[in-house]
This record gives sequence, structure tokens and C-alpha cells, in this order.
Amino acid sequence: MLRYALLRLLGAIPTLLLVIVLAFLMVHAAPGGPFDAERVLPPEIEANIAKAYHLDEPLPQQFFSYLSGLLHGDMGPSYRYRDHTVGDLISSAFPLSLLLGAMAMLLAVVIGVSAGTLAALRKDSLLDRMLMALAMTGISIPVFVIAPLLVLLLAVQLQWLPAGWSGTAGAGKYVLPVISLALPQIAYIARLTRASMIDVLGSDFIRTARAQGLGTGAIVRLHALKPSMLPVLSYMGPAIAAILTGSVVVEEIFGIPGLGQHFVRGALNRDYTLVLGIVVFYATLVVLLNLVVDLLYGVIDPRIRRR
Amino acid sequence: MLRSMKLFRIVLLLLVGIAAGYLLLPLDDSGDGSPAVPTLHRGLVTDPESVDPQKARSTQAAEVLRDIGEGLVGYSAEGKLVGAAAESWTISDDGLTYTFLIRDNARWSNGDALSAADFVFALRRLVDPATAAFYAEAVVVIANAEQIIAGEMSPTELGVVAQDDHTLIMTLQQPTPYMLSLLTHPSTFPLHRGSVQQHGDAFTRPENLLSNGAYKLVFWEPSSMLRLQRNEHYWNNAATAIDAVNYHVITQEVTQLNRFRAGEIDITGSVPPDSFAAVREQFAEQLHIAPYLGVYYYGYNLSKPPFADNPELRQALSMAIDREVLVEKVIGRGEAPAYSWVPPGVDNYAPIRFSYADMSQEERNATARRLYHEAGYSKDNPAQIEVRYNTSDTQQRIALAIQSMWAEALGVQTTLVNEEFQVLLANMQAAEITQIFRGSWIGDYNDAHTFLNILQSGNPSNTPGFSNKRYDQRMQDAAKQTDPAKRRLYLEEAERVLLSEHPVIPLYFYVSKHLVSPRVQGWGDNVLDYHYSQHLSLATD
Repeated sequence: MLRYALLRLLGAIPTLLLVIVLAFLMVHAAPGGPFDAERVLPPEIEANIAKAYHLDEPLPQQFFSYLSGLLHGDMGPSYRYRDHTVGDLISSAFPLSLLLGAMAMLLAVVIGVSAGTLAALRKDSLLDRMLMALAMTGISIPVFVIAPLLVLLLAVQLQWLPAGWSGTAGAGKYVLPVISLALPQIAYIARLTRASMIDVLGSDFIRTARAQGLGTGAIVRLHALKPSMLPVLSYMGPAIAAILTGSVVVEEIFGIPGLGQHFVRGALNRDYTLVLGIVVFYATLVVLLNLVVDLLYGVIDPRIRRR
Repeated sequence: MLRSMKLFRIVLLLLVGIAAGYLLLPLDDSGDGSPAVPTLHRGLVTDPESVDPQKARSTQAAEVLRDIGEGLVGYSAEGKLVGAAAESWTISDDGLTYTFLIRDNARWSNGDALSAADFVFALRRLVDPATAAFYAEAVVVIANAEQIIAGEMSPTELGVVAQDDHTLIMTLQQPTPYMLSLLTHPSTFPLHRGSVQQHGDAFTRPENLLSNGAYKLVFWEPSSMLRLQRNEHYWNNAATAIDAVNYHVITQEVTQLNRFRAGEIDITGSVPPDSFAAVREQFAEQLHIAPYLGVYYYGYNLSKPPFADNPELRQALSMAIDREVLVEKVIGRGEAPAYSWVPPGVDNYAPIRFSYADMSQEERNATARRLYHEAGYSKDNPAQIEVRYNTSDTQQRIALAIQSMWAEALGVQTTLVNEEFQVLLANMQAAEITQIFRGSWIGDYNDAHTFLNILQSGNPSNTPGFSNKRYDQRMQDAAKQTDPAKRRLYLEEAERVLLSEHPVIPLYFYVSKHLVSPRVQGWGDNVLDYHYSQHLSLATD
């Protein structure tokens, strides 16, 4: 087991290295540099700045000093936020993206599965139609429309919740971002659950359970729920990866200092170190998560372990 | 199936765990744990990249720095130049030596006395190549600054000397009538030597930063918020009315507007372009629009055809643009049409205008058509030109309008190319593939020089590549002149040359736009768009 984990970790090193090389080349290939602005700098000052940030060195040398910094856990200074290091920025932004994502996903699963089950049990009823119409609306309206609408209604008109992030106290500021993130997921999960639940409810073993005199509640709880979760589960894999990366749109609209915002802003500003740092961070995260999942499979299924 | 179910449960448990873990921890609210004191909430459209006075670059960073730091001179609430850290100064007759007397009671936020040596330290640091300061060029007028920036002299040879703790002597390379205005710029602010030496690069952290302005920085979360608190040691602390200022970084202008509507922000950094008409109607009282030292222009690439050596075509294109329609109908956000390069409202300067500024648009179009034909173009042989601008709705709208104005008045065929901003900048500087490009210039100090200077031969920001002997000569004449009245005539003459040569098409002058809550008192509109928090107060509800 330990050997297997170690082997997998070793196998991840070339993957990560490849990601770093590609990302490094791509950010440097983008036209324009981190310090370009409409106010063009005199050549002497430009040279001084390039020197201070080692941008005057040949690219291979820059790459290896970056790599050696990484190995020492140093992702370098941000080119745009000159008072902060990339490590600082990521460690303050990631927990926020993670928290918002986790809360949104949790909300989505609880509400989505309940609504989907309810709709499946009352198939073709008015309730079913209404729920699915709502879900369809939830899927079709993009978050950059829903979020400002929620803000207008709940924050500007009714003033129940804060309209933005910074400087507002209490848990209230989490509500709108989490709802905005969760809505499309709720809709999607509800539709998936309904479809697969209807399938399962029509199968033989459910009929047998009914014949034995079990009530609907017990049937759903004991027999139908588990098998109908399969499509939801396979959907949640990529969905969780997506929320971990932080929602750029929601972070922009509410002004949340999460990783998604840093990534996009970093790319636009040509903040080489920040963009690279976030790419490396995610690559590592994905590799580690995959490893954890594989190990979990091993725990659950002894056949994999033996191989 | 069993396997999947287990995985599903694990994932769910994990999600619950993360959420619960956070919720059990005390939520650190605004993150600064500050007590509720009367607080002014200001919106910023982008992050200040640094609060290091010598490393900061953006107008947003400068806005925050004007609250936490203070230079030798500053602006009063009425927009007049007044002594700040310096209580008085004298200027030698040749305009080359400035002697500043620093206030006895000027203090750092830890109570240490502010001394002339703190200014010497900061100004040397500004020109030191190792600092890599963007604004080092701002002080090239100080003796030896240019050589130090180029690495030919040591920073200690800068023409700034502390004669004693309270006397600072500054020697200039040439008379610089706008020197005092320049010294309000944050790049010239002093630094606490001890703290910089002790903390190195980390001296700007809120827990380390010592400041000499009306406020001190107590909290900073990038992309989110900076919180400032009253600096009890500030020499004029008694005059500061507001105890705390929160700068909220909100890049989405619509979000700023929403937060203003919700009462969460007192002063917005801007007004969203698309909601401008609605805002003007709904918030007529709160909307402040004022002339601003900035010009929006289209530049010609003068090093390549078709615009090199083709002043007729350049003038024809400039004249055929109906600027009134552009600002009123196409943009519609209160900007002023530009018929000159230097914006109105600049101190000690009489605005020069295009010779055709007083014509009607029909007359201008007629002249433009004549020039267009003189340049060798006609209906059968139309000019084919390309305009580059950065990707944005507003830029697109302006470009489309100009494209159709040119087509209608002259029959010009225009191709529009939009690019990401950094790509456009790179292309403008290379001047290889550009023909006409979108540009803008914001003044650094209240003097015509800040605009005219960039179009001198060889200036790095001279992206059109304009080079004219008469123009350069007038600019040099002005630089040597100590008498402001005479200097002004040279600058005005230079602009006349500029406007007759058409290296650029000035389109409109910027205006500053803010929504200011009625609870904020003491707000004054000014061309520099400087609004020190220490001059404001909050009405008690």
C-alpha cells in the first residue's frame, strides 16, 4: 500500500514538471510584459526594473531559478502586487474559494437530491412540472445574470443582505455568493436525480419491495436512493474540481478576494509569477486529489490493492 | 455500486467538514476585527499595487498614499498648494535652489520625529537603480538624478541635502516652475529609515508600516480592502474629522454602484458607463462630474505609410470627426470634446485650440474633403486605414462611430482591430504594424508640461514618434525660462506647432466621476481629482 502510494507520487513528478514548463513558456510567450503601461518607461528605468526582477536574464536561466525557488517552497514575489509574495496571495485566497465552493456544493446536493426525488415520486404531477421548469430555468440563466438580480432584490431593494464582500461583518456576506454558486448546480443535480430515480423506481427489485408491503418513504430511503446516486456522483467529480478552482464570475461580481480573481487578473496583468504559482498549485492539488481517490478505491476494493 | 456509495459519502462528509470547520471558527468578519468607529467607505476600481511610496505606480495607489503619507507640500481642500510636512520654503532667484523648513511637530505614526534626512533617504531610494522605481523619472529635474538612474553616479550624489533636522535643500538641474506641484506626488514622500532598514521589503506590511500622514494602514487584504485609522501623532491630527477609512477594492463598476445604492459605500471610484444616464437621473444630487487632467486620443504611427509625411490626410481625418456627436451621442457620459492637446483647467496656461475649432461640422467636412483630395485620395481611390484599440465596449463604440464618420465625410475605408490591452501596448511601442491606435494620457502634475513633454523627440511615451524641430526648440526654451509668464508663452507656442502638425487626434478630455453620499461633507471637485480623506467629514445621522 505504502509502496503503491510512493510509486504514484514518483510518477506525478514528470507530470508536474511538464505542467510547469508549459505554463512557464506560455506566460512568457504572451505579448506584452508585466510592467508595460501607457506611460512608457525611459530605457534606463526599464532596465533597472528588469534587473530587479531578473527579467533581463536568458529564459532558461529564469526557468531554473524559478524551479529552484519552487523546490524551496518560494513562488517568488508577485510582479503586480509589489508588496506581496505569491505564497501570501495564494494562502490567503485559497481558503476562501474552498469554503465558498464547499458550502455551495453541499447546498446543491442537499436541495438538488431532495427536489429531484420529490419530482420523481410525483412524476408528471403539477409539482414535478414546476420543479423541473425551475430547474431548467436555473440551468439556462447564467450566473452573471442571476447574481446581479439577487443583489438588486435582496441587497439593494430589501436591504436584507450585504451587496458586496469587503468590510461587511457577519455571515451574511456568504449567503448571496453561495446561493449564486449553488443555483445552477442544484438545478443540474435535481434533473439528474429525478431521471435516475424514475429509472430505479420502475425496476424489478423495487416492485418486490413494494410487494413486501414497504412504504414509499422506506423504499426510497433503503433501496432506491443509493442506486440513483450513481449519475450524480459521476457528475460531482468534475463539479468539485470546478468549484475548487474558484468561480471567477461570482468572485468578480461580489468582489471576493479568491483564487479565481487572482488568476484572471494575474493573466491580464502579465503577473508571471502569480499565474505560474496558481497553475503549479492547482496541478499539485489535482495530482494529489487523484492519488487520494485512487488510494480510496484501493481501500474499498481489495482487487486494486493486490495488483 | 457499494463502492460508489462509500465514495459519495466520503465526499459529502468532506464537504460538510470543510463548511462546519469554518463555521465553528469565529468568522473574522471584515477581517480586521476593528471596533465600530465612524468609518468612511471609499471605492477603488483597482488594487493599489503597493503602498511603498517609491514603488507605487497607479492613481489608485497614489490615492491611498495621499491619505497615509505626506510630502513637503500638498493641496488644501480648496485645491491650493500649501505646506504639508514643510511649513515654509524659499526659492532662489535663479529658480534652482529650494530650501524647505520642516515642521517641528511633524511625526511618524510611532511618535518619532520626522526629519529632513527621512526625505533625503526616500528621494535617494527613488532614483537608486536597485529600487527599480517606476516614478524615478518624475524627479529627473533634481541635480544628478538622471546620472544616478542610469547607474553612472551614486545615489548619495543626488542634489538633496539635509542641512539640519528641519532644513532640506534641493538643487535642480533646470528651473522647474511645476516643482512644488511635483512634490505633492507620493513618489517623493519620506520614509522612516529605521523601519525600512529593520524590515526590508516587509516594511509595507500593515503591522510594520510607519506613516507620516493623517492616517495609518492597519489592514490590507489584496483584491478586497485596505483599512486606515487616524494617526494620532499627525501634526494636524486635531483637524482630522473621520476616525477610519475603508478603501474597498471593487473592479466591477456595477458592483460599486450597487454597494453605493445599498449604503455600503460613501464615495465610488467611478460610475458604470452603461448605467450613466440612469445614474444621472436617479442621483442628480450625489453625482459629481468635474474636468480632469486627462486626454483621450487616436495616435498616428508617423514612422510608416500612410501617415508619415502626410499631414493633409492626418488633418482631414481629424477634422472629419464630429467630436460633439462623439461625446454626447456615442459616449454620453459627460466628457468634454477635445480641440487641443492640453486639457482646460491647467494652471498658468491659456488653452490653445485647433484653428478650425469654431467652424461648423459641415465646414470642417468640406475642408477635410479638400485636404483628402490634395493628399491624392478620392472616391475611386479611397484611403484604406486600420484602427487598433483595446477590447472593450466603449472603445468599440467609439471606433465604430469614427469609422462611419470617416466613411460618410471622406469615403475612407477603415478596418477595426481590437486587441487585449497589453498586446496593444506592445504593438504601439514597436510601431511596426500600427497605423492609428487608441491612446490616453493622464497628467502627473498641474502644468501643461506634463502633456507637452511626452511628444518631444525621443520621449519614451511618444508612441506616435512625433519629431519636430520647432516644437522641441520651444520646449527647450520653456525649460530654461524662470519667468512663469514668459515660459507660458513658449509652451503655448509649442502647442500651436503641435496642433498644426496633427501627430495625434485628441478626441475628448476626461472628467472625473464620483457618486458621493449626502452624509459626506467637505467634498470639493478639482482637476487633479485629489480628495484627501482628512478634508472630509461625516454628517451625524
